Amino acid sequence: MALIAPAGTGGILCFNCTYLERNHVATGFDPSGRLPDFFTTTGTSSFTQFLSQAAPELLPGRRPLPPGLSADIAPHGTTIVAIATADGVVMAGDRRATMGNLIASRDIKKVHPADAYSLIGIAGTAGIGIELIRLFQVELEHYEKIEGAMLSLDGKANRLAAMVRGNLGAAMQGLAVVPLFAGFDLAPADTARAGRIFSFDVAGGLYEETGYEAIGSGSLFAKSALKKRYRAGVSTEDAIDLAVEALYDAADDDTATGGPDVIRKIYPVVMTATANGTHRLTDEEITTVAERVVAGRTENPGG
Amino acid sequence: MAMQFYASPEQVQRDRSEYARKGIARGRSAVVLTYEGGILLVAENITTLRKISEIYDKIAFAAVGRYNEFEALRRGGVRMADMVGLSYDRRDVTARALANTYTQTLGAIFSETQKPYEVEICVAQVGATPEADELYRITYDGSVMDEPGFMAMGGQAEAIGTVLRDRHDPSAELTAALALAAEALGSVGGENGQARTLTPKQLEVAVLDRRRPGRAFRRLSGASLTSLLGHESVPESELGDVDAAPPAPSEGKPVVSAAPETDEDSQK
Repeated sequence: MALIAPAGTGGILCFNCTYLERNHVATGFDPSGRLPDFFTTTGTSSFTQFLSQAAPELLPGRRPLPPGLSADIAPHGTTIVAIATADGVVMAGDRRATMGNLIASRDIKKVHPADAYSLIGIAGTAGIGIELIRLFQVELEHYEKIEGAMLSLDGKANRLAAMVRGNLGAAMQGLAVVPLFAGFDLAPADTARAGRIFSFDVAGGLYEETGYEAIGSGSLFAKSALKKRYRAGVSTEDAIDLAVEALYDAADDDTATGGPDVIRKIYPVVMTATANGTHRLTDEEITTVAERVVAGRTENPGG
Repeated sequence: MAMQFYASPEQVQRDRSEYARKGIARGRSAVVLTYEGGILLVAENITTLRKISEIYDKIAFAAVGRYNEFEALRRGGVRMADMVGLSYDRRDVTARALANTYTQTLGAIFSETQKPYEVEICVAQVGATPEADELYRITYDGSVMDEPGFMAMGGQAEAIGTVLRDRHDPSAELTAALALAAEALGSVGGENGQARTLTPKQLEVAVLDRRRPGRAFRRLSGASLTSLLGHESVPESELGDVDAAPPAPSEGKPVVSAAPETDEDSQK
């Protein structure tokens, strides 16, 4: 943002043209009082692309990082599972965040709605992951409002892949975050597969998964559990049970994944996305499921 | 050498005002009014290009005049609202801040450029009660007015505003409010000064629903609008939709994401 010389002085008053840190809200007001051009131009329908002009410091992946590995400076979130069902998808995440050998949080929420019909869960550096989720939510809503139509499910997944790619530099220094994205496709190519799951790698690679997928430190165990139990066309109720059981198995063998905490009544966050939109299981609903799973495991610890 | 004529600043401003006012009066009108369940926004509009749209959770935008000009303002508003909401919190996005930005922008355009914007816009924010609703009218020259629960813009706005002033009732139901809005818009423009009856196809209708948590903006169209205009009430669950029709899937085109529907040997 260049300084504008007051009319009539005729001189150039630009002594300090480099602003390291700008007040991003004040960018909305230039001296004449007008919204700057990049607010009103046709330009892009993408919020992140707009931010790269208006306030680049708000974007993750644009900040310089000190050299060296910094993996253990911030909490890490762990296991997320997603299952495609007959009428959509189910996504569940445990509630633990760890910092090295410490438990940083017992009740972190790592599964969130991305918009009215899709869900996003994160594994990896929690702070960056939560920032990514917030930005992604705004990105989808922004497009909806500017264009008057929702992005296609593939379009949403591609946008998220680009945002993960932007974090590659930080990922290589240990601040990696990998999302899991799933949603109900309102205009699917195959109507029998309206619930779709997408996974990502740190380089921004995007892969559509068939049936189920898990990410995070406990994903190996969760996926092994789902491999034996998952059947295509499973109902949403059964898939919720499967997801909670898979998280139980992950917590059984992975220290960074939290199991059901019956003492504090902290149970996994489970969300569904169907033709009726997204729904987060209420405390009563998830308590019933989790207590059933715990009771089953008391009889047979192997499940 | 061309002869330079002197034009006084007053004359220049008057000419610009007249130009903008004429442009706005040429188009069709829009009305915004509060009712018991929220804020109702109705525009006479037979095209698919929108005059009414969502800005943020509790904030909507309605405009009359030149489409390209108010569309630019709308985009600016959405961008600013989303940026403030991301930087602070969703609750920190207010209609007053937006109205301030719009008045600054329109005021600067009016006094600095040759051609003023031929637009009049309304920024509406729904509150917990009709008394807490906020309606801001911002005109082509950057003046802003805080309207008392109802307003009409564009076309023969004066005549329409008179109908609203006489009969507006903030405690009215949605059907009654919509009937009043349709009647007010139809009270002008008929042959020999006769009133017109507007059909659902001629109206663009949206509400900011007071009771809905999160995004309160809903469009009313199709069957629910027809029955509302016929004085039938519509269940709340069927009360409109957000702008949410995603595009149909592409056929046979290369998929750049690794998301092909028939790819058996997935890359992973």
